[in-house]
Amino acid sequence: MNSSIALSPPVRLPWHWAWLAPPILFVAIMAGTAIGETSIPVETILKVLANQLWGAGYAVDRIDAGIVWNYRLSRTLLAAGCGAGLALAGVVLQALLRNPLADPFLMGISAGASTGAVAVTIAGLGAGTLTLSLGAFAGAGLAFGLVVLLAHAAGSGTGGGRGAQAAGAIILAGIAGSQLFNALTAFIIARSASAEQARGIMFWLMGNLSGVRWDDVFLGLPAALGGLLVCLWYRQALDAFTFGADGAAALGIAVNRVRGVLIGAMALVTAVMVSMVGAIGFVGLVIPHAMRFLVGSRHTRLVPASALAGAVFLIGADVLSRILVPGQVLPIGVVTALIGAPAFAMILVRGTRAQ
Amino acid sequence: MKLTAEGIDWTIQGHRLLNDVSLTVAPGETFGLIGPNGSGKSTLLRVLAGLRRPKRGRVLVDERPMRQMRQRDIARAIAFVEQQAETLDRVVVHQVVALGRTPFLSPLRPWSDEDDAIVGQALDDVDMGHLAGRLWHTLSGGERQRVHIARALAQRPRILLLDEPTNHLDIRHQLSILQLVGRLPVTVVIALHDLNQAMACDRIGVMEAGRLVDSGPPERVLTVERLRRTFGVQADFLDDPMDHGRILRFRHAL
Repeated sequence: MNSSIALSPPVRLPWHWAWLAPPILFVAIMAGTAIGETSIPVETILKVLANQLWGAGYAVDRIDAGIVWNYRLSRTLLAAGCGAGLALAGVVLQALLRNPLADPFLMGISAGASTGAVAVTIAGLGAGTLTLSLGAFAGAGLAFGLVVLLAHAAGSGTGGGRGAQAAGAIILAGIAGSQLFNALTAFIIARSASAEQARGIMFWLMGNLSGVRWDDVFLGLPAALGGLLVCLWYRQALDAFTFGADGAAALGIAVNRVRGVLIGAMALVTAVMVSMVGAIGFVGLVIPHAMRFLVGSRHTRLVPASALAGAVFLIGADVLSRILVPGQVLPIGVVTALIGAPAFAMILVRGTRAQ
Repeated sequence: MKLTAEGIDWTIQGHRLLNDVSLTVAPGETFGLIGPNGSGKSTLLRVLAGLRRPKRGRVLVDERPMRQMRQRDIARAIAFVEQQAETLDRVVVHQVVALGRTPFLSPLRPWSDEDDAIVGQALDDVDMGHLAGRLWHTLSGGERQRVHIARALAQRPRILLLDEPTNHLDIRHQLSILQLVGRLPVTVVIALHDLNQAMACDRIGVMEAGRLVDSGPPERVLTVERLRRTFGVQADFLDDPMDHGRILRFRHAL
């Protein structure tokens, strides 16, 4: 019998759509740079780019050039990197923990990263982007360890994945972890920060892309790309976790090593992003689920698709945060939560029905 | 390939699930594991599959200690079909069977036509070729079980470990899976609840409270006395006039 007749499942984009990825990303970056309080024509953006990158010497208004190069472009690129990185963290956590609700924000990893970054800022251990990231990484690792231990102790392992119960345990542990680390953050701020520091930190905590510099881009984009490469390298291992950790081990995956590398890499990516733009929620939850519907659950497709969609999603959210309230910039975390919370509710309801 | 267990102990939270279990399965032999619920059959299979490291004792694949083998090399030699491995992912049948090729793939050695052929063959072997595009959560329990067996076959193992593979199957597929397993030129360790099915094995081992209390040819091991002691049932053997085989007839629980 020919078994290749019915191979394609419902709703599945074939591979030849992949050529669309670069144009989509390009259009998103252009839109992110063009749209805002002052709209800037794409032609001007391209001229500024040509001037900056190749010294083309086009005549461009200096204010426009400043807005494009120093403000919008760096911000948009970092939004893309953040979106991709957080979406990948969601893909990896959902695959390894066998839990549809796993996400760096819900699991308290972002809260831990915030605490770490704030602690470093207040302690004044050099306010460099790198030391901030390291502090955030330590916090993220601590939070993840705590949440997983708590979920485990709550009676459902993270490996077997007993559906709704395991999902619930992770979320409850994540709430406890988030609350603990948010309280720690507040405590550190109240105890040690000056009023001005406190205001700045509170604004950053909500997720904020204002004041992004090229230095941030040069850390954020490589982090996202590195995360993407790690995920692509381990794509077959991620697939092998379909039937849990034992299933993966039976397929020859060195479960502990693969888990360590992947979760470590994703905690690092999350920490880098959080240390620069604060805790942006729901990207890691919404994007992977949407992409599974579009390209299926094979990680060869899911990983690049989620990275792209995360990038485009966060650029879009950043644009919305700039134009939703005229004359004011909303924290980007507010926008992603407005979109993400209903999606979260949908996943929760669907997941419960599937039991 | 030969599979050997030497003095295996396995304890979890103070409960001793395996107690000094030793057995050798010869190349090409089909070894049936029987025993009541909770006697340690599944745990033993997990240890043999390299999913649990024994607290004491060791497992040898041919003459090689499993502890010295990479997980990937174990999976290239041994395929394991668990009881009721489930997923919430939106995966299709073909995708699940394709997972069986994982030990042979690497980031730099991607999917090939040969893998496709092996997966197609495995699907046809368990009579699931026509459902290759079906989503996992739309399958019945028996169909899922057959897909898992196809996944194991796609590993092209030389040792096949099966934990009650006929559990959810209708009678036709029970028989066809057992015939298929019997035909394969590989070493098989199979946990079975149906003792009449177990009698078709080359040898069987009886588990009782974590110990392997007896092993040998079915006609020697499966006796009225054994069924009374280990399983707590009164049973008799009947002769099948068609092929003069022995059939177990269970009378009542003791």
